[in-house]
Amino acid sequence: MNALSIKNLRKTYQNGFEAVKGIDLDVEAGDFFALLGPNGAGKSTVIGIVSSLVNASSGSVSIFGHDLYKARNLAKTCLGLVPQEVNFNQFDTAKSIVLNMAGFYGMPRKLALQRTEHCLKQMDLWDKRDTISRRLSGGMKRRVMIARAMVHSPKLLILDEPTAGVDIEIRRSMWQTMKQVNEEGTTIILTTHYLEEAESLCRNIAIIDQGRIVEHSDMKSLLARLHIDYFILDLARPLAQAPVIDGYHIERVDNTILNVAVPKELGLNRLFAGLSQHNIEVTSLKNKSNRLEQLFMDLIDAKKPEGRHE
Amino acid sequence: MNNAIAFRTLVYKETKRFIRIWPQTLLPPAITTALYFLIFGKLIGGRLGDIHGISYMDYIVPGIILMSVISHSYANVVSSFYSTKFQRNIEELLVAPVPNWVVLAGYVTGGIVRGLLVGTVVALISMLFDPLACQNVYIALSVVLLTAILFSLAGFINAVLAESFDDISIIPNFVLTPLSYLGGVFYSVEMLSETWQTISMGNPILYMVNAFRYGLTGVSDVDVPLAFAITGGFIVVLTAFSLYLLHRGTGIKN
Repeated sequence: MNALSIKNLRKTYQNGFEAVKGIDLDVEAGDFFALLGPNGAGKSTVIGIVSSLVNASSGSVSIFGHDLYKARNLAKTCLGLVPQEVNFNQFDTAKSIVLNMAGFYGMPRKLALQRTEHCLKQMDLWDKRDTISRRLSGGMKRRVMIARAMVHSPKLLILDEPTAGVDIEIRRSMWQTMKQVNEEGTTIILTTHYLEEAESLCRNIAIIDQGRIVEHSDMKSLLARLHIDYFILDLARPLAQAPVIDGYHIERVDNTILNVAVPKELGLNRLFAGLSQHNIEVTSLKNKSNRLEQLFMDLIDAKKPEGRHE
Repeated sequence: MNNAIAFRTLVYKETKRFIRIWPQTLLPPAITTALYFLIFGKLIGGRLGDIHGISYMDYIVPGIILMSVISHSYANVVSSFYSTKFQRNIEELLVAPVPNWVVLAGYVTGGIVRGLLVGTVVALISMLFDPLACQNVYIALSVVLLTAILFSLAGFINAVLAESFDDISIIPNFVLTPLSYLGGVFYSVEMLSETWQTISMGNPILYMVNAFRYGLTGVSDVDVPLAFAITGGFIVVLTAFSLYLLHRGTGIKN
């Protein structure tokens, strides 16, 4: 069964802007799915429609088989949303924010208290349960929103840029939590601008641009299409300018660091032979982790109409 | 069952909100009305004769209680729902399976609770000056309840349509306050010229104030059943309009 099924979804705002232009999208139950796209591509509109924050102009949405318009309450019960921006009452405590949400989902008080405790503990916020939320750090506020979204045990969790603006340590701990939640059976749809995050967490991906899906496949086969690897080389001695080696694109980052694009068909041996000829000694090499970022840019650029290249 | 829990949660949240800020919500009406009773009721009213056979103090008490109920039930819903929109925590209710009628009932009940609580505070303050009469408790309670419902609904509509904080202060300042003061709180419409009496009859607050005054003192300038019909009619129309706005997502959905 699909966790989410979207058919021919369209949205035109009152000012005439067509944000979503006939999207079809299926997300399988249990998936960890990335929905990516540049700013203004239509991601937030799609998420808004799925989570009942935006009225669609036409099309259908079903969540775990429940049509969002014909069986709205059943569909909503399956869904949890972590929005991009903090949207809880900042004068409430972390506990009351989560507890109230449980109430809105019709959860009896005793169960609501148990679930609130579980979710706040899972987010490492139990010690802060009685703190007024505006006094929490940015990372804690995001975790309050995740706890709030999970309090009714949704089958589908939508995370709209959950790690934006949080430090590395918290981001990694949130990744761990998201993985765990997914392993426990919750389908996750993630939007993020940290493509490394999508690459390491998600199994399937859709890229949306100008209101249309421009790519929809699994992460492995998408990355396999990438015919260039990017490497960073640390050099033993300073270098005045980047060497020219046929077939490779080499950029000098600073005196002792080079950034090299290596076509898969040429490989690394030929690169090192070329570097030796220039008397360049490499002390270490690392693979740049943002392979998806390159692919993303290639896809977005390829879909831009003539004259729109920026 | 689920809707009942969602409703209770919303009412609890709303009630907790205005009680948490009691120095802004419950204390000011106590002080303002104590001054009304002292200055108008005792100092000036003592020099005025009776109106319809009752003292001036007894005459103005029902109007001042009801005026407080009107302004506070309206203010509670308009400020709470607009803040909810402004801070975007309305999204909590939109994402969750809470029907529109539960959202409306929850906010309106919050307004009723505050209106009745403020009305009780003002009634208690009035008792410091004179004993509170009550000729017909059923009429008095039903009028005050219906009035709180009506102005909570009006506050809700104002909040839904408002696009800025200015928009939520225009109606209370420029419509509600003049209508309340001109609604027979401090005087009997019979004291006005015939033209102004006719104009005053177009003010719905006049009917509520007089019906409530009838419940407490047995004195009224208007037909009490007509006052119930007008109040009930407004409630039906405003409820239908509020549900229509929620259904369309006006002001809360794109």
